[in-house]
Amino acid sequence: MPLIRVEGGKAVVADDGFVSVADDAALPASGGAIVSLKRFQAERETLLGRNAPTGVRLTAAENPEALGDDVHRLSVVTLEFPAFNDGRAFSWARILRTRMGYKGEVRAAGHYIYDQLNYQRRVGFDAWATDRYGVADFEKAFAEITNVYQPSTDGKKTIRELRTAK
Amino acid sequence: MYRYDEFDAKFVAERVAQFRGQVERRLAGAITEDEFKPLRLMNGLYLQLHAYMLRIAVPYGTLSSKQLRKLAHIARVYDKGFGHFTTRTNLQFNWIKLVDVPDILSELASVEMHCIQTSGNCIRNVTADQFAGATPEEIEDPRPLAEIIRQWSSLHPEFVFLARKFKIAVGATEHDRAALLYHDMAVDIVRNAEGRVGYKVVAGGGMGRTPYIAQTMSEFVEREDILAYLEAVLRVYNQDSRRDNKHKQRIKILINAIGVEEMRRRVDREFAEIKRTGSLQLPAEELARITAYFAPPQFEALPDNMPFGDKAFEDWKKTNVARHRAPGYAIATISLKTVGQIPGDASADQMDMIADLVDEYSLGEVRVSHEQNLVLPHVRQRDLPAIFSRLQALDLAAPNSGLITDIIACPGLDYCDLANARSIPIAQDIAKKFADIGRQQEIGELKIKISGCINACGHHHAGHIGILGVDKKGVEFYQLQLGGSGAEDASIGDIMGPGFGEHEIANAVERVVNHYLAVRKDGERFLDTYRRVGMEPFKNVAYQEQMYAAHTG
Repeated sequence: MPLIRVEGGKAVVADDGFVSVADDAALPASGGAIVSLKRFQAERETLLGRNAPTGVRLTAAENPEALGDDVHRLSVVTLEFPAFNDGRAFSWARILRTRMGYKGEVRAAGHYIYDQLNYQRRVGFDAWATDRYGVADFEKAFAEITNVYQPSTDGKKTIRELRTAK
Repeated sequence: MYRYDEFDAKFVAERVAQFRGQVERRLAGAITEDEFKPLRLMNGLYLQLHAYMLRIAVPYGTLSSKQLRKLAHIARVYDKGFGHFTTRTNLQFNWIKLVDVPDILSELASVEMHCIQTSGNCIRNVTADQFAGATPEEIEDPRPLAEIIRQWSSLHPEFVFLARKFKIAVGATEHDRAALLYHDMAVDIVRNAEGRVGYKVVAGGGMGRTPYIAQTMSEFVEREDILAYLEAVLRVYNQDSRRDNKHKQRIKILINAIGVEEMRRRVDREFAEIKRTGSLQLPAEELARITAYFAPPQFEALPDNMPFGDKAFEDWKKTNVARHRAPGYAIATISLKTVGQIPGDASADQMDMIADLVDEYSLGEVRVSHEQNLVLPHVRQRDLPAIFSRLQALDLAAPNSGLITDIIACPGLDYCDLANARSIPIAQDIAKKFADIGRQQEIGELKIKISGCINACGHHHAGHIGILGVDKKGVEFYQLQLGGSGAEDASIGDIMGPGFGEHEIANAVERVVNHYLAVRKDGERFLDTYRRVGMEPFKNVAYQEQMYAAHTG
């Protein structure tokens, strides 16, 4: 599945470099692996000892704080949307980026829709493995509403800041 | 009043274009109906029994005459010539065509209005005391903070796919006219022991099938911290709320499941974190800037001099005129509860003519109350007789504010897809029964609230007398609840027992009211008497008809 990443404010098609590994499947011999939180906790040493980057995927019910300081040793955190109207991952992304100070990739997985792409980006998502939306969709979604009222992790100037800067 | 600047205007215009795109994608089949539904709801568009219903936001219940005229215009051009003011101080149109909606939104945008977040699982339109900025009772005008909350909550990226809807109200008086304690979250503007103004925050109130009175989250939040605090509550709610059963996903359920102490602990931790990053701190200059929009109008220097008139005018004055902060001025409530009318409905012509009144007599401003009435907030006392006679000509002069015929009723089965029973005809029956104004005055303050289903849009839990419509094998029945209150003495009404038939309920209410008149002590409202004597004596009289029928049948 193609991977879309936001790089320098632009949506681009990127090389994934990761495979999502089921709990009962063997880890790949090389290349990045994304595993469940449960597997990460069970096989932490092995995973972090591999000569390849590690990612963890979290269900909507799993708080990323469960990763503790290990989060800084991860390259990808995947947040799952079990259904597009389950918005917990918006807060998890926010917590990853602010409270935990995580700098790696936050990837959206599961069922989400075009109309959520910009909200996802604003709270800290920067990668989407998707065959439903292409780069043009992302660019369009990001441009629909020019200015914002809330500060978020995207660092975008808020309308209040724009007003005072005038 | 608040006026959009270039940023607000652009934001709303882009939101209209965004919604136009969403409708187009739905019509083109690019998204499923399931995916479209929350998008249209987030823009106030419901599919009802007969047509689409569009709910327009009236932030903190404040409208200009120009906005009211635009609503009248929309009613005339796109609907059947009337609109319905709701218990969330919004206006809804019940006969809308989907294809017209983007155009209606453009019309609304031209007068700085929108439908953003009037439905859906997001932060809803913010409400406030309808007497804001006019009543002498308030610590300060609650609308500047309500406007700040409106902006903060508009398309908040983290909180547009919450577990359920989230309603916020703001008040600033000891006497609560905005039903703060029945909201998911409410801010009460208070003064602390040192005399500093700040915010008491409550959360977890709500009606619906599991009613709760809100609990105190924080006794005092400093002014500059308020958005940080509200965001902390929302974040904890968004993370921790259940998602497995839509009837158990409001914040009230979370708070009662984990306990208010634990909720406070989680919120405080998040609050500290948000404060640490500092980005949501509200600078004093920003509060001052927004407050300036709501600066009191230039009142003339007038002496207090309340005019006297004939009995009809005096009756109206007694209930529908309230004290104003400025001498020589008054607050006048326009009842949308004329006996026989649909509670909260106004025709396009009425809206236009009220807009004229607003321009001539109320400094261009009108308010919507959660009790589904309109308010002229700033009128000269000496103009009251002229206003009254104009209202009489519009059939909007019912002298019943706060009395038994000032009934809250949801649209019910006449319109609503969710309803189990009709509300409107029951409200009309009861109003007719108590139409005599002398009798209404003798009964005094008595709030009847009617919902056509368990979702409680008609606030039946908070009625001194609450009525809940239920469906029993295809037949409409009505349960009575007594002793609820949506004011500062908030309480949830007690259910009396089995429901009454549609032709019995008004009689049952009458027997309950007559019993109150027989046993009340001096100065007691119905609610006070109920709280003193309890359900039993009322129950004994309410079912007389049924008992008689059973006896003779």
